[in-house]
Amino acid sequence: MTRVARVPDRHGRFGRFGGRYVPETLIPALVELERAYQEVVVHDPAFTRELRGLLRDYVGRPSPLTYAARISDVVGAPVYLKREDLNHTGAHKINNTLGQALLARRMGKTRLIAETGAGQHGVATATVAALLGMRAEVYMGQVDVERQALNVYRMNLLGAAVHPVTGGTATLKDATNEAIRDWVTNVRDTYYIIGSVVGPHPYPAMVRDFQSVIGQEARRQITKMAGRLPGMAVAPVGGGSNAMGLFYPFRHDPVDLVGVEAAGEGLQGRHAASLVRGRPGVLHGAFSYLLQTDEGQVLPAHSVSAGLDYPGVGPEHAYYRETGRARYEAITDAEALEAFHRLSELEGIIPALESAHAVAWVLKQAGRLPVDAPVIINLSGRGDKDVDQVAALERRARSGEVGG
Amino acid sequence: MKGTKGSERREAPKTTASSGTARIAAAFASARAGKRAALMPYVTAGYPTLASLGPQLRAAGRAGADLVEVGVPFSDPLADGPVVQQAAEEALRGGYRLGELFSAIREAARDAPPLVLLTYINPVLAYGAERFLDEARDAGVTGLIVPDLPLVESGALGRAAARRDLVLVPMAAPTSTDAHLAAVAEGPGFVYGVSVTGVTGVRERLDPEVLAFADRLKAKIRRPVAIGFGISTPNQAREVGARADGVIIGSALVRAIGQRLSCPEAAVEEFVARIRQAMEPDDATPTRSVFDNRRIAAGEEGPER
Ligand SMILES: Cc1ncc(COP(=O)(O)O)c(C=O)c1O
Repeated sequence: MTRVARVPDRHGRFGRFGGRYVPETLIPALVELERAYQEVVVHDPAFTRELRGLLRDYVGRPSPLTYAARISDVVGAPVYLKREDLNHTGAHKINNTLGQALLARRMGKTRLIAETGAGQHGVATATVAALLGMRAEVYMGQVDVERQALNVYRMNLLGAAVHPVTGGTATLKDATNEAIRDWVTNVRDTYYIIGSVVGPHPYPAMVRDFQSVIGQEARRQITKMAGRLPGMAVAPVGGGSNAMGLFYPFRHDPVDLVGVEAAGEGLQGRHAASLVRGRPGVLHGAFSYLLQTDEGQVLPAHSVSAGLDYPGVGPEHAYYRETGRARYEAITDAEALEAFHRLSELEGIIPALESAHAVAWVLKQAGRLPVDAPVIINLSGRGDKDVDQVAALERRARSGEVGG
Repeated sequence: MKGTKGSERREAPKTTASSGTARIAAAFASARAGKRAALMPYVTAGYPTLASLGPQLRAAGRAGADLVEVGVPFSDPLADGPVVQQAAEEALRGGYRLGELFSAIREAARDAPPLVLLTYINPVLAYGAERFLDEARDAGVTGLIVPDLPLVESGALGRAAARRDLVLVPMAAPTSTDAHLAAVAEGPGFVYGVSVTGVTGVRERLDPEVLAFADRLKAKIRRPVAIGFGISTPNQAREVGARADGVIIGSALVRAIGQRLSCPEAAVEEFVARIRQAMEPDDATPTRSVFDNRRIAAGEEGPER
């Protein structure tokens, strides 16, 4: 097994990836954030206590690890689901927003901003803002505002302002640009809650740490339930936060780590597989893999799952890919949609479309996995948010139109 | 690209008369000799067309620009406000290609003011940093401004630029620490002072803190300081020009071009001439001499800038 170094280094590098590619204006804020984060994590047990308490009493952690008997029969190996879908707000995103919002409050910032694609991170940010009595403003691409109207309503209901972004492709990458522009402008009183393990240092490491609760719990749970470590841990990868949260506590163990990206319409067509098909470059403050033209223009991503519809990916995944510590695979829209049905029918669990990618990849391995090595799938979110969209897709497909 | 220590000093380039470093220095010196700040307008390459770039650059020169910033279109310009974003988007929609930019510049650079490229880092990396710099230099470019490459990440590109006598222009912002200002205090070219916390854009009113910011930079930085972001009108240019060595005007000019797409070079010539006129010295206003006295009173060396 490949050994991974202690990363990031003090320049925020995971091997050659990561760094701080942002305007000079933001550098002092990033230094301040890094220092504040180190202080609370290293020197402030009260912070950790408060975060743990809220994760337990508000989010509902630990989330269960569920043995999926019928899926296991199909796959021919014991499959366990890490149930982030059961968290308050329905996904893993809140593990991170809670940690960052507490940090923001500690730093004396009164205004929270966030970017969101599907709206899950926006909802999780609006939720913790309401909980802590802070102001939240969320940037969301105009295309997503239309696709995910229900989540826009949820954010408003929770008291957050949603700003539609019309520039560029009017999706997550452009919402992120706009959030960064807001941050550059209001850096003195504003805290930017990034929703994944992306962005300039220290965000990738900090978001990883806040999400690592997933892997820490899973490691304890599988040891207790199966009496051993898993053979494999599988998670969907958009920006990469739920995957890194699961992988990180297993990084020194003999466990296969598999990240599943969105192959969209297929790797020959429009997709969102930045690690599988992208090239190294800089997007949103970090050097990592991204989808781009040979002249460095960022390409729009495509996935049926809005949470995976992002042309970049976190730098630590780029490092894992390059060192071989993890491998990255891709699953098409059609395969994910099929897994969305299979998991619902076989286990009574409707997965988020993002999570359905990981389920689909494991289903594809049926008969090819060791029969006694547990497989953990990160069920990063629940599918309620996707039911309308999938129903509409299937109606259109039945009436003979081309889906998508 | 590997991160390198920000405080690292750039290698001193051997300057020749035609080198980027020397041409930038000469542009600032000539403005100073005219007792005014250097005027540096910004245009987006490929907006409205790449063919119009040459005429726009020459028009800027005729109207009295001392240097011109040429914006390289990028899909995700996170330091730019709506006006420059839209210009870049239109350029990309219109089929702008980086590969064609350098030949357009080569054609224009001979009879235009010294050109500084404003580019985000990703197109440079994708093209290959060495190749990008070689082609930029061969086309007659004098320097580079990379808004998403802060000093802490700029070591490798800065050295590669210096080897070609190109200047990688460091930036300083209102949030920058004194340590940062000290790190960029000396070197070739100039320092780009970002006037406000924010992105590029047209602003009605000059933030009163801009002038204090310019003074702060001038007190700490020994190479020329040019101030940009949000400077839009002749009056604003005059006020800022009284405190700094250079004034950069982007969005307001790009907007003016957008209002005359059929003849962008006329828009450039008129706009730049109007700004330039406002920046001419007027001995009735004491601003500059007061400023110079303040520097001398602060015990600094003479106007070595
Ligand atoms: C349920 C769910 N899973 C996965 C993702 C992808 O993000 P990440 O890769 O950061 O976990 C999202 C993003 O919105 C999501 O909502």
